[in-house]
Amino acid sequence: MTGVVKRVGYAVGLPAVLFAAWWVSTANSDNFYVPPLRTILETFGQLWTLEKLQADVWPSLWRLAVGYAIACLVGVALGVLVGSSRTVRATLEPVLEFFRAVPPPVLVPVIMLFAGIDHTMKIVVIAVGSLWPVLLNTVEGVRAVDEVLSDTCRSYGLTGVARLRHLVLRAASPQIVAGMRQALSIAIILMVISEMTAASNGLGYTIVEAQRSFAIPEMWSGILLLGLLGFLLSMVFRFVENRALAWYHGLRRAQRGS
Amino acid sequence: MTNVTHAGTGATGPGAVPPAGGTAARRGPRTALLGLAGLAGLLLVIEVLPHTGLVSARYLPPTSRIMVALVEQLGEAEFWSALGDTLVAWAIGLAVAVVAGIVVGVLIGAVPVLRSVTSSTIEFLRPIPSVALIPLAVLLYGTEIQSTLLLVVYASFWQVLVQVLYGVQDVDPVADETARSYGLGTWARIRHVMWPTALPYVMTGVRLAASVALVLAITAQLVIGSPGLGALISRALASNAVPAMYALVVVTGMLGVAINLIARATERRVLSWHSSVRGEVIA
Repeated sequence: MTGVVKRVGYAVGLPAVLFAAWWVSTANSDNFYVPPLRTILETFGQLWTLEKLQADVWPSLWRLAVGYAIACLVGVALGVLVGSSRTVRATLEPVLEFFRAVPPPVLVPVIMLFAGIDHTMKIVVIAVGSLWPVLLNTVEGVRAVDEVLSDTCRSYGLTGVARLRHLVLRAASPQIVAGMRQALSIAIILMVISEMTAASNGLGYTIVEAQRSFAIPEMWSGILLLGLLGFLLSMVFRFVENRALAWYHGLRRAQRGS
Repeated sequence: MTNVTHAGTGATGPGAVPPAGGTAARRGPRTALLGLAGLAGLLLVIEVLPHTGLVSARYLPPTSRIMVALVEQLGEAEFWSALGDTLVAWAIGLAVAVVAGIVVGVLIGAVPVLRSVTSSTIEFLRPIPSVALIPLAVLLYGTEIQSTLLLVVYASFWQVLVQVLYGVQDVDPVADETARSYGLGTWARIRHVMWPTALPYVMTGVRLAASVALVLAITAQLVIGSPGLGALISRALASNAVPAMYALVVVTGMLGVAINLIARATERRVLSWHSSVRGEVIA
């Protein structure tokens, strides 16, 4: 019992102290840019009504989900293709490394040229920008498939889809998931950036509009919401990862323990 | 080896051994040739695509036009000062983040209770997208370099801190107790036990932070308009100078590649004593 109390205390203690410090230190703030936390929270409640969430947060999340899903699917598919052949890998790796090294946000102006400034542009930006970590990690994961396992599969006559499903993707999955985790944070960045540059709705748009019209408490409340969103998405990701890679984490623990 | 593997959850996933760079010696000339062929193929495709009419040359100029624009850029003082601004913001931001990340990480590692106290806060603050701070940076600093720095430091600090925390957690209890029984004080144990254990993780963190810092530096300049390559790109777009814009995008990509290579080379140098690097040389 005391153990639980202690753990909860540790988890809640510092955040509570920081929250209180923010609250107290800004309570009588007359700095225009740093409004009291009370005002921010009141604005938060007023601004982010269900309607507003539907109008501005929903489109953002939808674009994020579609773009990210495309990036993951295409990244894994291409990655398996590239990773399976030594020659293809050697030919394409420098090109792929270059594309990964390009800071993803510069894609926004480039893709704006092709796709205009609507929905499609943002989805394409998110998909293209977050593709590279998934793709390169899949290549690396497929390359590093254990040779004994690979030979075993061959001698058991496991080929085609079965081999892909039970050997290649399974063996590469820890790497792929690591790539996906990286891709998720890039996707969130691109979601916000693309909306800040050109949009008529969305979370990034709302925040930047608030800043431009000097609606400071609204801006702060938007930043809070965005932070909360980033936190929630990473929790969801970790939950899914822990389920999907439970075998791997267990294996690692067993290896480390020995 | 296994423990180091866990550190590299970033750039190339859980592999402490960087796939590019270091393996060059083993790869042989054939791989290098194929790689060059791949690059040449890319340039060729971009050269041909606009001519076929599949893509308008207004949107994707052929390689030759981009090259010309690139050479033009190299002749302009504005380009070099923008490149300088970007590099300065990158370097200062990265340095601040690395020092802060190491100091905070070692402090948390040295005082066990701090770890339990801070972990929930770190888990909460880390995934906050740094671009959320853009409006705040604009209000506080306008288009000064500080705007860029705020974003760069925030984003790269967590990369370093998280790796340092992995590292200090990894200290071998036997080594630590041995050091204790030899009468080493806290500081000496940090210096001789914790630091060498954490160093591979620290270097992974620095390598990850180096690329994140570049991304955020360019992003800030692109969106906020603080001086640098990003601002130059958005200006090229606004004035419809499409080839120049592509040339600048290529420059940012090459910068990214260069930073990756330098970071990996530094990592290998600093860790030349460590088994993860030594093992590879023998293999």
